[in-house]
Amino acid sequence: MKALAKQREIWLLAAIALLVALVAVRFPAFARPQNLLTVFNDTSILIILALGQMAVILTRSIDLSMASNLAFTGMAVAMTNAAFPEIPVLFLLLMATVIGTVLGAFNGLLVWLLGIPPIVVTLGTLTVYRGATFVLSGGAWVNADQMSPGFIALPRAEFFGLPMLSWLGIAAITFFYVLMTRTALGRSIYAAGINPVASIYAGINVGRTQFIAFCLSGMMAGLSGYLWVSRYVIASVEVANGYELTIVAACVIGGISIAGGIGSVTGAVLGALFLGIIGNALPVIDISPFWQMAISGTAIILAVALNARGERPKGRIILRKAES
Amino acid sequence: MLHPPHPAKPVCDASRKGDGAPLLTLSGISKSFPGVRALAGVSLSLYPGEVTALVGENGAGESTLVKILTGIHQPDQGEIRIAGKSVTLPTAHAAFENGITAIHQETVLFDHLTVAENIFLGHAPRTRFGTIDRRAMRANAREVLDTLGAGHIDPDAHLAELGIANKHLVAIARAMSIDARIVIMDEPTAALSTKEIEELFLLIEFLRSEGKAILFISHKFDEIYRIADRYTVFRDGQMVGEGVLADTTQGELVRMMVGREVDQIFPKRQPNIGEPLLTVAALSHPTEFEDISFELREGEILGFYGLVGAGRSELMQAIAGMTRPSRGSISLGGRNIAPKSSADAIRAGIVYVPEERGRQGIIIGLPIFQNVSLPSLARTSRSGLLRTAKEFRLTRTYTGRLDLRAASLSQDVGTLSGGNQQKVVIAKWLATEPRVIILDEPTKGIDIGSKAAVHAFMAELVAEGLSVVMVSSELPEILGMSDRVAVMREGRLVAIRDNDGLDPETLVKLAAGVTA
Repeated sequence: MKALAKQREIWLLAAIALLVALVAVRFPAFARPQNLLTVFNDTSILIILALGQMAVILTRSIDLSMASNLAFTGMAVAMTNAAFPEIPVLFLLLMATVIGTVLGAFNGLLVWLLGIPPIVVTLGTLTVYRGATFVLSGGAWVNADQMSPGFIALPRAEFFGLPMLSWLGIAAITFFYVLMTRTALGRSIYAAGINPVASIYAGINVGRTQFIAFCLSGMMAGLSGYLWVSRYVIASVEVANGYELTIVAACVIGGISIAGGIGSVTGAVLGALFLGIIGNALPVIDISPFWQMAISGTAIILAVALNARGERPKGRIILRKAES
Repeated sequence: MLHPPHPAKPVCDASRKGDGAPLLTLSGISKSFPGVRALAGVSLSLYPGEVTALVGENGAGESTLVKILTGIHQPDQGEIRIAGKSVTLPTAHAAFENGITAIHQETVLFDHLTVAENIFLGHAPRTRFGTIDRRAMRANAREVLDTLGAGHIDPDAHLAELGIANKHLVAIARAMSIDARIVIMDEPTAALSTKEIEELFLLIEFLRSEGKAILFISHKFDEIYRIADRYTVFRDGQMVGEGVLADTTQGELVRMMVGREVDQIFPKRQPNIGEPLLTVAALSHPTEFEDISFELREGEILGFYGLVGAGRSELMQAIAGMTRPSRGSISLGGRNIAPKSSADAIRAGIVYVPEERGRQGIIIGLPIFQNVSLPSLARTSRSGLLRTAKEFRLTRTYTGRLDLRAASLSQDVGTLSGGNQQKVVIAKWLATEPRVIILDEPTKGIDIGSKAAVHAFMAELVAEGLSVVMVSSELPEILGMSDRVAVMREGRLVAIRDNDGLDPETLVKLAAGVTA
């Protein structure tokens, strides 16, 4: 099955290469390394978010509140920066991560301790966190001129030829790669997603594993909250409205099974890159954004159809009372 | 005692009523599942106006037979005749059309439909527009329920509001409404109180007086003698005896159930039993078991025998931290433990190898080595990172001892045969280095070769001082492997015996509550 997953990732990689090649026929500059790095930089936020979502989906859950979490956290740090420009940006970065983690933990606690289905919990917090953003800001925006120069400069600062935003994307990929393949937590996330009952017998606390996955997705949403407002130099209630579906789409295209337990960091990254390239390439060759949506949608259905064929049929396992 | 050779000749062929021809006849029915022969050429006859009891140990083939009769499974061979006419039952609907209906242990009806809807599902009276005539349906339901003396059941009530006994009544009303001629009752009393059982028996007598042919499946001898006219005994998927119940004693039935050829060789071992290790005292659970006390000694195999539903697995799950007991204590090596999760139990040194390998044991999709290391991840990590080399070493140590047949330890555990999967599951638990290992039906549904490997390995483990609790419903396994045998019945521990000249009949009698 590992081999099968690898194969899927190779197919996705081939699809991405084909996409780049097609665009390069019309617009050769698109395939230049410098431009591809720009595309990667543009996609870094989606990659970070997709990795957090992946951890949640692998445990048979879903986090629909990520984009709202991002908006709230982004607003909180932007307002803090506007009010107290002397606070160091690194502190704000830390603050964004902590706020995001707390919001994620709230989702996780509801799922773990109250046993509410994750889709219901996060559908609720999707609205709650977006509403809280409005309450926090009173509906007002934080504009570029209210942000301190350091606040705006951090993601753009270059190290070894790459902007900080790209480096953060690479750091997230490395972090998740090690976490998922080399730690007991990563192993528990896979085990709990594939067969929660057997995992409980093996001494894994499935509920706590889901909780931690939600903390991770919240943390990534919080980090992205800062990155988003500083990159687009605006914080508003509308930031990343509806983006939760793009995040889930990246995971699905990347071969993360919505039924849990199947998927990899490579898949999530490639899924995000696929969407990033479509978003960057189509305007270049003058294709309307509506085509973009149609292409993304087709990719999702194709990916799910391919994955459905690859996965062995397995029923969802409903936990018996004694085991939950 | 004589063990009749198999397949035994039917012990008695007399028919009490003599004149009646059977309504349903099965002959030469065989059914195999991958790796298991569930039924091997069984025959069965049901007579109108008579109750036939089907008796057998757990797994003797009764449930497969019920599934064949209700159109869920197709027999590989054999013939089904109803009123002399050969029929096939390719679907549940075909069984229904042939007048066969089944009432299960826990009724399979629809909780969210009303009583009337349940009774008439699939054959509701129609109006002239083709829609369901709700008024006629309700009136008909009322009428059927009244003939059953169930005037207290409201046809408009939702089934979920009724207790099990009343659900059985609805199921019987449904059988009456479709004019079923053959009624199968698969352990209908398992979830009923004594009073409800009496009421059910009155109904069965009513159905009998209506000329229905009834198949009554039960493990309880008192019930069988109370209600049945005839018996048929299954053993290991074969029919080993049938006849009129009045001509047979309970002892004879038990003998037919358990008598068998020894087809398995168990490892010879020299038990070296030490001090008591695990002490369970007055352990109780609100619904599953009560007042269980026993000791397990070092180097001992303690067998747990009982019928399915006697509470053995539930007891073991409580000892292994999966569920919380309501009272009582568990101590290991003199130290009190109260495991709150399986992780606690594993840390304390007690592991539970669950019965359902696919659902509770293996994780298909993960490679063999990751399955084995799963409960031991703390030991195979260093400074927070998993050491693959350590995981492989751990896996190789234990799968090697179990003689696992696999091309590579990195292969998906789902690609292995059932027997090899079971070896992976056992290796996984042994790798945690437990002091007590609880094996729940350790050889259920695996081939003879793997069974022998598991048995040999159990003998090896106890020789090294590990203590084993083995829950098994297979008498040869219980008698072949255990040093002592504990028998549970209806959530209580009824006996603990040294396995020294212990005979299978005694165990079955204890487990089934036979006094004669």
